[in-house]
Amino acid sequence: MASLITCPHCGVRPKEEFAVRGDASLIRPASSASDAAWHDYVYVRVNPRGRTLEHWHHVAGCRRFLVVERDTVTHEVYSVVDGAAAAREVRR
Amino acid sequence: MRYSAFSIVRNALSGNLNWKQQWRQPQPKSHYDVIIVGGGGHGLATAYYLAKEFGVKNVAVLEKGYLGSGNVGRNTTIVRSNYMLPGNEPFYEFSMKLWEGLEQDLNYNVMLSQRGVIMLYHSDGQRDAYIRRGNAMWMEGVSAELIEREQLKKMIPFLNYDHARYPILGGLLQRRAGTARHDAVAWGYARGADQHGVDIIEHCEVTGIRRENGVVTGVETSKGFIGCGKLALAAAGNSSQVGEMADLKLPLESHVLQAFVTEGLKPCIDHVIVYGGGHFYISQSDKGGLVFGAEIDGYSSYAQRGNLATAEHVMEEGVSMIPGLSRVRVLRAWGGVMDMSMDGSPIIDRTSIDNLYLNCGWCYGGFKATPASGYCFAHLIARNDTHPVARALRLDRFARGYAVDEAGAGPQPNLH
Repeated sequence: MASLITCPHCGVRPKEEFAVRGDASLIRPASSASDAAWHDYVYVRVNPRGRTLEHWHHVAGCRRFLVVERDTVTHEVYSVVDGAAAAREVRR
Repeated sequence: MRYSAFSIVRNALSGNLNWKQQWRQPQPKSHYDVIIVGGGGHGLATAYYLAKEFGVKNVAVLEKGYLGSGNVGRNTTIVRSNYMLPGNEPFYEFSMKLWEGLEQDLNYNVMLSQRGVIMLYHSDGQRDAYIRRGNAMWMEGVSAELIEREQLKKMIPFLNYDHARYPILGGLLQRRAGTARHDAVAWGYARGADQHGVDIIEHCEVTGIRRENGVVTGVETSKGFIGCGKLALAAAGNSSQVGEMADLKLPLESHVLQAFVTEGLKPCIDHVIVYGGGHFYISQSDKGGLVFGAEIDGYSSYAQRGNLATAEHVMEEGVSMIPGLSRVRVLRAWGGVMDMSMDGSPIIDRTSIDNLYLNCGWCYGGFKATPASGYCFAHLIARNDTHPVARALRLDRFARGYAVDEAGAGPQPNLH
């Protein structure tokens, strides 16, 4: 269940401490990218039934943005990593 | 068979053994002019109006579960047309007018009860916002009344008027709004569509959309391939999955919304009351149970069940507004999957594929829209032309910069 989130900085915390920002699989286009690319980034979502990556903001804790991988049907949480670490991983 | 007082007496005298099934259980034909994916309120209403108003009778509605198993049977039954934006209000008022004639039209008791919906305000700023909304409604020819605190105390004496954080200063009332029996709406439209020759096929899941030369030729289903001239999607929370079968990418995110019902009480809540300090709304069913709900849980989900922390939050909001609720016992709670759009408003439009039509993005406001959604979607499918009241609800409005954002929350689906 998504009731407990293991924050890499704060440990196991109840989900009420977090605010969900949304899809973390999106990559921000370059500022010079086309309107279509920006439209897709801002408005279009894959909305998967199953595994998903989301940004969760630990507002009542370390205030870091985390990337939570979980299942949208079973609510099982697979992994929680710091957002900056996840972004570095993508860039690599 | 048409229902009447006489038919009730006649069937009572014969032991109620001779009531006929309300709709047939047909096997799918090999081809239909129009296939509608999704046998919820909107899909059934679309089929009904297609057959009755637009003369398209060779229609099938495919439903993966049993009829009415989705959001049409999971909502809190509220119908209203108290929206503010010019892109929304004419559409919802069109729906409200259809609601007012629906029982006669369907020959079916949907138990429409125009008991009034009142939205409470708790600050001068919120009062101003509701006056603005009320004026916007009047501009579209819809009546709205501002009820000040002393008048409201006489109408609804049991509210927590002197709450320290959210004192109740008054409310905006739409008297014509109210509730309807949600299951009866699904059954009534199903029966009506069936009488006009529509095939309603339950337990038939769409697993693929077949296309040739850029147009849809039919759907793969759990009951085999079914061909169609036009395909209409009304799959609510599962719209992204069905859309993906035709490579559609949609501005949707699916979220879970919970609803609750208490033990039966004697009549106590005469209106639909909406809390302005949170998003709590409550009414009393004819059986006596208090029906209520509030916000979505906040994380994307396809589970038709919610989280206990949100349930607790909803109850706290309710008790904050009506302290007497604290001693009422909750009987049942359930969840539905909401197709939250990026501006909080729905989509009724064509797609990039010529004969594929889309109806989605109802967020948690789909029930009240059922008649207008069905009518406008049928209009679009039959005439390939958008109904005048649905002109703002286009799929490309985000790209064009014409979002219909009632809450002013921006492209953040869990905030609408």
